[in-house]
Amino acid sequence: MTDTKPKVVRRLGDVVFANLAFFAGVSILATLATVAAFLFAQSVPAFTGPPIDAASEGFFSYVLPFVFGTVYASVIGLAIATPLAIGIALYISHFANRKFAQVLGYAVDLLAAIPSVVYGLWGILVLAPFLSPTFNWLNENLGWIPIFAGQVSATGRTMLTVGIVLAIMVLPIMAALIREIFLQTPRLHEEAALALGATRWEMIKMAVLPFGRPGIISAAMLGLGRALGETMAVAMVLSPAAVVSFAVLTSTNSNTIAANIALQFPEAGGNYTNLLIATGLVLFAITMVVNMIARWVISRRAEFSGAN
Amino acid sequence: MSKRIELKSLDVYYKAFLAVEDVSMVIEPKAITAFIGPSGCGKSTLIRTLNRMHEVIPGARVEGQLLMDGEDVYGPDVDPVRVRRQVGMVFQRPNPFPTMSIKDNVLSGYKLNNSRMSKAEAEEITEKALVGANLWNEVKDRLEKPGSGLSGGQQQRLCIARAIAVEPDVILMDEPTSALDPISTAAIEDLAVELKEHFTVVIVTHNMQQASRISDMTAFFNIAGSGLPGKLIEYDKTEKVFSNPTEQQTEDYVSGRFG
Ligand SMILES: Nc1ncnc2c1ncn2[C@@H]1O[C@H](COP(=O)(O)OP(=O)(O)O)[C@@H](O)[C@H]1O
Ligand SMILES: [Mg+2]
Repeated sequence: MTDTKPKVVRRLGDVVFANLAFFAGVSILATLATVAAFLFAQSVPAFTGPPIDAASEGFFSYVLPFVFGTVYASVIGLAIATPLAIGIALYISHFANRKFAQVLGYAVDLLAAIPSVVYGLWGILVLAPFLSPTFNWLNENLGWIPIFAGQVSATGRTMLTVGIVLAIMVLPIMAALIREIFLQTPRLHEEAALALGATRWEMIKMAVLPFGRPGIISAAMLGLGRALGETMAVAMVLSPAAVVSFAVLTSTNSNTIAANIALQFPEAGGNYTNLLIATGLVLFAITMVVNMIARWVISRRAEFSGAN
Repeated sequence: MSKRIELKSLDVYYKAFLAVEDVSMVIEPKAITAFIGPSGCGKSTLIRTLNRMHEVIPGARVEGQLLMDGEDVYGPDVDPVRVRRQVGMVFQRPNPFPTMSIKDNVLSGYKLNNSRMSKAEAEEITEKALVGANLWNEVKDRLEKPGSGLSGGQQQRLCIARAIAVEPDVILMDEPTSALDPISTAAIEDLAVELKEHFTVVIVTHNMQQASRISDMTAFFNIAGSGLPGKLIEYDKTEKVFSNPTEQQTEDYVSGRFG
């Protein structure tokens, strides 16, 4: 071997791709920063300007019911959607025969393409009346559980209805994501479980679910993100009140931040607009906190993820 | 416990493709039986019929008879899950569960049968299996750490510990050392020799030195060409197969004059 210095070869393709990737990354950050800056700048007048009628008791008592409504509706939605999405994903990835799984996967993807106005209408016209008797039953038989207590809404347009509509809205994307994760479970680990004498379900518990756990959390966070920001469906279904109430069957429900902005924005003028934007900033913050928690949960078990 | 396995005219299919044809042989208990032969001749396929893992592949099926101490493994009311709990398997690539600690990996098979076990019991089983797999001294201080943090050879011994923790009758190993360095390979080979004290051991290997070093019986498989089924060419004591084989094909293969 002759003693030559290694020459760094810079291929054109590599350079172009590296720059493209860098540009894409930077532009996401820049967009995010711009949005955040806009929200900040536009929020300031809500605090410095003349008092606003809608928020006569201060910003935080104004925004609190909406924060509550936002988080509560989303959590209900997610609580319903996550197990369903896992079930659907498992069925498609590990139980259904291939043809049927394809049809089912396609149907799930289609559900994701329906605009949220349609879900809202469907929530009012179909789901609410349909659920009404069930709500009465829940109230009569399980009314001792605080969330089912209170005067049942006559229209069925309640927090629980909203939760279910949100669940159905986020279900397709969650199911599709989780299905992809489950399909990636290494065959090696599935076979390890089967060879130990695991039944199919035991194999899923030993190999598929633990492997998919970070993916399930990511999918849930994506679903939660969608649910948090969902305006139309919630705005259409709920007739909001400025309360903080855990009861899910009554007609007094706190609204969500996003739905409130959508409802109030057309009539808002002056620094009322700024107030609404400030609530938007709060939503931004909630979403960020949720994502940070998700990252933390995933990283806490990174050692056991199999990625090392 | 260690069981005698009897194959009677076993044909193994993937859908319509006959991968292994008409294998009849008796695998002795408390001995190591090696499957050797060129790549693609059906060694993996055949070994996976012994614990009914073959049928987890869609369209895969078996014809003929497989008896374990006289009991028909493919009998109409035999549950494949039960069979697999009595026949442990070690794969080519080490596959400890990445989401489990070393200890949980060892106990994973055992837990399937015994959901409730005391802490003391769990510790006893873990130690026994890890000692049995010659891994105890290396991992006893890190039992709660993930199994995927071990070296390849240690991972493979962890997989062996996992398999022997349930005290099976038979241990199947499909090229267990082909992904390992020579030192780890030697450790697994020593371990295989110890395992035959208690179990029926079947090992697939492409390494003829390995077969001649550790096995008592050797089965040589071959295929006449691609798309044709693999066949058992010769099955005899390892010494005989390597020093004085009956078949010309075997002679060519073991002397390295193959292909
Ligand atoms: N999952 C499968 N589906 C269809 N054919 C397979 C499958 N696995 C193996 N085969 C075929 O079966 C034959 C035997 O393969 P294998 O048992 O893996 O051989 P070996 O382990 O001796 O190298 C080969 O022709 C191979 O292509
Ligand atoms: Mg093989």
